[in-house]
Amino acid sequence: MTALTTAGEPGPLRTARLRAGWLGVGIAALVVAAGAGLLIGPVTIAPDDVVRLLLGLDTDLTTNQLNIVREIRLPRVVLGLLVGATLSAAGAGYQGVFRNPLADPYLLGAAAGAGLGVTLVIVRAAEGSGTPAAAPVAAFAGAMLAVALTYALGAAGSGRTSTASLILAGVAVTSFLTAAQTYVQQRNLDTVRQVYVWILGRLSTAGWSEVRLLLPYAVVCFAVLLSQRRTLDVLAVGDDEASTLGLHPQRSRLLIVVAASLGTAAAVSVSGLIAFVGIIVPHTVRLLVGASHRVVVPLSMLFGGAFLVLADLLARTIASPAELPIGVVTAFFGAPFFVVVLRTSRRGVLS
Amino acid sequence: MIRARGVSVDLGGKPVLRDVDLAVADGEWLSIVGPNGAGKTTLLRWLAGLTPGAGELVIADRPAGELRRRERARLVALVPQTPVVPEGVTVADYVLLGRTPHIRPLGAEGPQDLAAVHDALALLDLVPMAGRVVSSLSGGERQRVLIARALAQGAPIVLLDEPTTALDVGHQQQVLELVDELRRSRGLSVVSTMHDLTLAGQYADRLVLLDAGRVVVDGPADEVLTEEILARHYGANVRVIHDGGHPVVLPRRENREVAEP
Repeated sequence: MTALTTAGEPGPLRTARLRAGWLGVGIAALVVAAGAGLLIGPVTIAPDDVVRLLLGLDTDLTTNQLNIVREIRLPRVVLGLLVGATLSAAGAGYQGVFRNPLADPYLLGAAAGAGLGVTLVIVRAAEGSGTPAAAPVAAFAGAMLAVALTYALGAAGSGRTSTASLILAGVAVTSFLTAAQTYVQQRNLDTVRQVYVWILGRLSTAGWSEVRLLLPYAVVCFAVLLSQRRTLDVLAVGDDEASTLGLHPQRSRLLIVVAASLGTAAAVSVSGLIAFVGIIVPHTVRLLVGASHRVVVPLSMLFGGAFLVLADLLARTIASPAELPIGVVTAFFGAPFFVVVLRTSRRGVLS
Repeated sequence: MIRARGVSVDLGGKPVLRDVDLAVADGEWLSIVGPNGAGKTTLLRWLAGLTPGAGELVIADRPAGELRRRERARLVALVPQTPVVPEGVTVADYVLLGRTPHIRPLGAEGPQDLAAVHDALALLDLVPMAGRVVSSLSGGERQRVLIARALAQGAPIVLLDEPTTALDVGHQQQVLELVDELRRSRGLSVVSTMHDLTLAGQYADRLVLLDAGRVVVDGPADEVLTEEILARHYGANVRVIHDGGHPVVLPRRENREVAEP
């Protein structure tokens, strides 16, 4: 029988937390990816010059080289970090909220909704390069609409969302919104090229204006998801138990979905549709460090940023001097990965 | 202390509970029994604040309506019958979830939270398993982990929904013995729903028999577990004998003619 008298020696109790080791690995990955993104390209630039430049010291670089680093490579790397971190954190958030390892901005239709929003803005704006400032707002509206639709459809009939019904609903909503988006795009042939380039996902035309556009939304998304990472762990035991543990599950879920959709929408509006990042990164992190969102959310941000910068590097070097759309690269790695997740997810994700 | 008066709950337009009164003193163990569909689980869920319905509820001398959800969670812990066990979560992290109402919404667990988790694990002999994944544990181990989570919650009132259903008789006794020791050492009020009448009578101080959503008998096991009452409300043919001061409910089968070999 259980002994009640011995309280046991208070040995160290290992609970999930972001340990210095993993934080270090994440930051190192970020630094390595950013370094590679800054150094590799058609124009060779010495590493020490880049470091000196970033530190604000004098360099031996020509004006041309300076411009390449400052106005082309650096904003592109920063944007890649932000987009990757946002999509990965949003993916981790969606997966936690819907208790579903395959929930991500793309499968839920959020990205397609955001895409429709941005397309509408682009065809309205018609002129000008760059990303219109209204794009993130329109993308957010589209993304929220899509997630609401997917969730409502997925919950229809049963009242609870199973993984299978959620994914099927996401497929239906995505198809519908993509069809609407294609319709709008083809009706406006003068902007079709602009829309098309944007859809395939690109960081290639990225400049500081895109970074400035995304940054505030990304910061809000990060802040909410990081602050809610403990809540995500509680939500994992289901609404009833979360309630008896003192939570308002509906409220928390809404807050997290809104934040994740806001981040997704802003990322989509500056970078186009870059699929699978939101699944690959959080899932890999879970395999490495365990299931607690307290660890998964921050590490997904770090590794997600690094992953996207490296994917972008691949996209612009593999077929050099031509550039592949980055969405092609992430899909190339992501699709097989998705199958692996489906097959190895122990819970049986379609149950 | 928890006291409910005039509890009425409808589910899907059907009355499930009608005018139920219930009171549990500090350190008392009350078991809710009754035939299938009598409303046992609904009553427990109503007490836990999970099912809406009419009625007055007082928890630790405060009307339940005045309690914020976090406050309520510090007073009442629920051990569900079929818990949702998230994939890949360790025993320590799962038990730590019990500290949720004590941790500030944007804060992190402090030393006192970890101490509470450690105490709960130690009391339930779970320290060696702290690093294991909950979903890999056996039924009996899981039930102990669940009770540890409720214990870490630090609530003086614990609601147990069919705590022994999935367990074999040895583990049933272990779990109930454990709950009994904990309520004695910590002065917990325990409300459980129980299928097994004999076990309910052996461990609870008092039984409430529900039938068709109403309380039909409320009293010590001897007054509730009688052949006549069980025949009337369960439609059961049983014999009640006494063993160790507790009534024991034995199912009976009328003698049939036995064919000669």
